[in-house]
Amino acid sequence: MEPRSLRHPERLLFEVSGPGRRGFALPPLDVPQPERFELDGRYTRADIEGFPELSEVEVVRHYTRLSRLNYAIDLGLYPLGSCSMKYNPKINEKVARLPGFADAHPQLPESAAQGCLRLMHDLERALCAICGMDRFTLQPAAGAQGELTAIMMVRAYHRERGNPRQVVLIPDSAHGTNPASAHIAGYRVEQMASNERGCVDLAALRRRMSEDVALLMLTNPNTLGVFENEIQEIAKAVHAKGALLYMDGANLNAFVGVARPGDMGVDLHHINLHKTFSTPHGGGGPGAGPVGVRRPLEPFLPVPTVEKEGAAYLLKHDRPKSIGKVRSFFGNFGMFVRAYAYISALGPDGLRRMSETAVLNANYIRRRLEDLYHLPYSEPSLHEVVFSDRHLEETGVHTLDLAKRLMDYGFHPPTIYFPLIVKGALMIEPTESESREELDAFIDAMRRISDEARRDPALVRTAPHTTPVRRLDEVGAARHPVLRWGPSRDER
Amino acid sequence: MLRDIGVARIEDLFASIPESLRLREPLPLPRALSEQELLSDLSARARENRQPDGSAQFLGGGAYRHHCPALVDHLIGRSEFYSSYTPYQPEISQGTLQAIFEYQTLICQLTDLDISNASMYDGASALAEAILMAERTRHAGRVVVSDRVHPEYVQVCRTYLANLDVEVTGFGARPDGTADPEAARRSLRQGAAGALVIQQPNFFGCLEDVEALAAVAREAKTHLIVAVTEPVSLGLLKGPGAQGADIVVGEGHSFGVPLSYGGPYLGFMAARRDFLRNMPGRIVGETQDVDGRRGYVLTLSTREQHIRREKATSNICTNEGLCALIASIFLAVVGRRGLRDLAAHNHTRAAYARALLGATRGCGLPFSAPIFNEFTLRLPVPAEQAVRALADRGVIPGIPLSRYVPGMERDLLVCVTETNPRAEIDRLAEEIGRLA
Repeated sequence: MEPRSLRHPERLLFEVSGPGRRGFALPPLDVPQPERFELDGRYTRADIEGFPELSEVEVVRHYTRLSRLNYAIDLGLYPLGSCSMKYNPKINEKVARLPGFADAHPQLPESAAQGCLRLMHDLERALCAICGMDRFTLQPAAGAQGELTAIMMVRAYHRERGNPRQVVLIPDSAHGTNPASAHIAGYRVEQMASNERGCVDLAALRRRMSEDVALLMLTNPNTLGVFENEIQEIAKAVHAKGALLYMDGANLNAFVGVARPGDMGVDLHHINLHKTFSTPHGGGGPGAGPVGVRRPLEPFLPVPTVEKEGAAYLLKHDRPKSIGKVRSFFGNFGMFVRAYAYISALGPDGLRRMSETAVLNANYIRRRLEDLYHLPYSEPSLHEVVFSDRHLEETGVHTLDLAKRLMDYGFHPPTIYFPLIVKGALMIEPTESESREELDAFIDAMRRISDEARRDPALVRTAPHTTPVRRLDEVGAARHPVLRWGPSRDER
Repeated sequence: MLRDIGVARIEDLFASIPESLRLREPLPLPRALSEQELLSDLSARARENRQPDGSAQFLGGGAYRHHCPALVDHLIGRSEFYSSYTPYQPEISQGTLQAIFEYQTLICQLTDLDISNASMYDGASALAEAILMAERTRHAGRVVVSDRVHPEYVQVCRTYLANLDVEVTGFGARPDGTADPEAARRSLRQGAAGALVIQQPNFFGCLEDVEALAAVAREAKTHLIVAVTEPVSLGLLKGPGAQGADIVVGEGHSFGVPLSYGGPYLGFMAARRDFLRNMPGRIVGETQDVDGRRGYVLTLSTREQHIRREKATSNICTNEGLCALIASIFLAVVGRRGLRDLAAHNHTRAAYARALLGATRGCGLPFSAPIFNEFTLRLPVPAEQAVRALADRGVIPGIPLSRYVPGMERDLLVCVTETNPRAEIDRLAEEIGRLA
């Protein structure tokens, strides 16, 4: 057996498994055993081939070891642009696990779930206040599902006016979920080229607008971290043709308490509770993507909505114009508790300070790196800054190499190669969680890597050197997919 | 820092936001709460849920109460898991990636299918995505769905399909409560369909004859999609893949994810290998690093929205990663024998309760088909009324089916798991006996 070290790869669950081992016992069966088991071989299986058999301590060690192979926000700066990887306060984890919430069955009679309903009601009110909207649905499970929900409402809105229209306009800097969501809602997607400032080209938009356009989807601040400062004129141009303006709220973290989408002419928008409102990302979810709407879109909200009647909270299912449901029950309630706790803990001043600090941190990084890294757009940054690898062109070092080398300095890389309008993009979002010392350490690493790229490009091009595994063969993984463990290769 | 940046005041950093849009007043929200106040406020809200102890609740209908081993919450409380992002950078995300690879394997083993994705939002949206996937290969413009499928699942599918020219055709049941293969056959003969959709066990608790329905789907050259809302059943029941299902989707929350008033839950999706390039969502694959060490990466991403945009197989980006991890840890510790025992326990208790309640004064069993851990009980009084009366006595006896199906006023959907001891089942029978 190979000697074990702290960097030793962890075997798969199925390889650690040993016949007959158990980590789980049931209480004795206290109902009479039937003489004959009701279900016969027509229904039942004899065994689950290959299923794991482990003791409790083996399971604990397996997952504890796996956890040590991950980078995480609790280990340091995690500057993924557009993802708002901020610190997740521990009290939020505690309150989401209060038995009254965690053990509440979604089929409870409403009279037995008043605490859950009041929390949903109050979270909706708080989001309305923060965003300047009239109503929110909390149902969508993530940002992309929020987008889809919103576009379906837009379609229902236009249909009621006699014509669902055909086209959704999306800037070329948008997240890929925007066009994918518009497609599922039955729309044709038209991409709009950004202007030289990386923003929506107002003149081009005015020329394009017609009565076949249902919606413009605008990310604000956009994916360059730049505020669309012509948003009011954009809204006017869109509304003049009877179309609606959607705001992708993934970047709301930039201006909470400073400005509100509802004041900008936005008709509806989603937000990500797992970005701006700090619910943990969980290695890829769960998230939550509430959608805020202005009054004219309220009839189309998914069912049920939470309403207050007298002192009681209830679920309203009878909404004849509703688009229906996008998931079962009411949404990712556990995330609502965490987000509500976050908003309560920060209060109005704290929320504003959150955005101010996030913007301060991004601008500090920009200022301290703009002499070494190419800044493709010189517009003022809000909560994130986008550089490119152009200044390193002659060294043969690319954005991917910079990202991998950052790992050797103990940092998670920024978002790379996005937005698509910047070649070799490095999109850095530090969030408000970081101290100046942590930002300086990151800046120092970025400066050293720029220097290394010039002095010793091979070192950077072959990075990372200190991680549990080094660069992985992604092309091979896609060409010969191995997507599950099997006792023999034939079974894969 | 302001000096380094070269501005005088923090407000100057927001100069790009037009003056007229900038708020002059603080947000109209209550003042900030200290941690102590916050805990006290949220504890008070949690206490407002006046629910009886879980042992006296007999609720299922898409969400199921199971005991979760203590180590599960302990392990997912490691912030290396819960405070990390989608594993875009595999070199420093092997923990998440390997865990997903193992999750995919577990789902394939349970369903007896070849491939699984890394998770979906919940069972209902996973079913909608499965229908879209089946339609992508068939372009029939129609799916045929059993009226024994969870009504909320059907509602979500209708919402997803509403703008895509895919019609949902229902088909009925046999008197024993199971989907009628003859009705399915008749519907499929009326025109092409992208898929035949059933649920196992079905919404009313009955076990379907999956093999007979698979034969009907095969004959009509369409895909069979099986939805599973109670995956603990897979510890005892045959994997639907082995019975002819092409796609199996479902709700995985029973594997250790808290009830949490309906979410976050865990949608799972498994399919035959032919669907590989049509699957929605993230998929993890095994590969090697430059030194030949085994490792895991997100793969086949040319299906996904960030590459393919409007031509992607789905718009999904964030999924339910941490819930998939919970399910994996739960399944690892419960294990091969444990899952079978757990499922058998559920079934035996529910069978006891069904026999007892079915013989209770004024009650009856409208459906005779075998069950797993849930069954429909006909009461002597409207079920809504019974639930109100019993809730006052500290028992939640089940879900009034009139909430979902008009005409089933006296029918109650009762679920029994390992968390309902015999004493509570007997008390339920006593209380129901008083209703007549």
